[in-house]
Amino acid sequence: MAANPMYQFNVYRIGPEIKLGEVDISFTNASLFMVISTLAVLIIFNLGAKKKSLIPDKIQLLAELSYSFVSKMISDTAGSKAKPYFSFIFSLFMFVLFCNMFGMIPYSFTVTSHIIVTFALAAFIFIGVTIIGFIKHGLGYLKLFVPSGVPIILLPLIVVIEIISYLSRPVSLSVRLFANMMAGHTMMKVFGGFVISLGIIGGWLPLSFSVALTGLEILVAFLQAYVFAILTCIYLNDALNLHH
Amino acid sequence: MLVSSAQSGESGGMPQLNPEFWVSQIVWLVLTFGILYIVLSKLILPRISDNLESRKSQILENIETAETQREESEKKLKEFEKIILESKLEAKNYFNRTRQKILDDINKKRIALEKDIDEEINAAEQEVNNLKTTSSEKIKNIAVETSSELIKQLIGEEANSSSISAIVEEQSRKRGEQNGI
Repeated sequence: MAANPMYQFNVYRIGPEIKLGEVDISFTNASLFMVISTLAVLIIFNLGAKKKSLIPDKIQLLAELSYSFVSKMISDTAGSKAKPYFSFIFSLFMFVLFCNMFGMIPYSFTVTSHIIVTFALAAFIFIGVTIIGFIKHGLGYLKLFVPSGVPIILLPLIVVIEIISYLSRPVSLSVRLFANMMAGHTMMKVFGGFVISLGIIGGWLPLSFSVALTGLEILVAFLQAYVFAILTCIYLNDALNLHH
Repeated sequence: MLVSSAQSGESGGMPQLNPEFWVSQIVWLVLTFGILYIVLSKLILPRISDNLESRKSQILENIETAETQREESEKKLKEFEKIILESKLEAKNYFNRTRQKILDDINKKRIALEKDIDEEINAAEQEVNNLKTTSSEKIKNIAVETSSELIKQLIGEEANSSSISAIVEEQSRKRGEQNGI
């Protein structure tokens, strides 16, 4: 295994090359972990939704607690109007969470450590939220860029700033997740490399750091999935309940 | 697993910025996330929601049943207490009536008994009085007779009975005086 800490982010083809016209859509290790995460979510929640017992067993409890957790998160941030988007937010949260968590297994691949994946998700959310905003409020959605109570002189400046901040949403949303994942995994790799290079005498310190970092990274994996989902809820809130 | 050797990231820098598999990643992301979203929203999440709803309604129903049962038991308890109170009252009345009856009975019997006893006492007193009045006369007669008999045997002649009776009377008066002292 190469000592380069970035080596773990390499994407490589698994199986034959698949081409759609000129475009390469081969099955890669990234695809593999997307499929694994999806299947894990589906299996766990299918098991959790199968039985209809009044007193839930562990897996049913897990599914129901996750359901209420996401449901509460949405109603707290975006209100009751966001109910139709519950399934999407739930899928998003679970997908990001499971991709992050599967990335914590050594020698696995972290899907969310690639900017293209997080940016695709963020761009989809951005476009979707913008469309919802225009459908709900028409051109009135543009009032989002005109905060109330701002002096007339400052208004042109504020509007420009608001538009820039609105357009930077997908970038900040995707870069936040991608950078967190990449930085954490790189750091763990670097500390792991120190353990080997310092040997049996000096390797204990970076090893203990590695253990602590693993705990921290599991926390970050959950937290970033949560942040990703809750920011989506907040953007959705802006689109559904226009009050700025 | 067939691993192709298209590892361009090894040349340094971030493999994330190598656009070789960008389209592939987007395609697979859309595919997997789309399947996840469809299956979750159409099959799994409605079932979890149903489960939660049915549990909620079941709990509400149970609470309602418990509430009605509690009310019913409270009503029963009140009825029971009323019955107990009534029975207590009845028992008290019954007891009082019986006591009164017994007291009356005792009184009646006591009055009758007292009357009987009074009558007996009266009769006895009467008898005693009779005896009192008649006995002194009889004793005198007996004394006179015995005295005359004794005299006859001692001196061999008949004594005057009136003088004897006078002596006896005097003696008995003396005795009576002596006893009276």
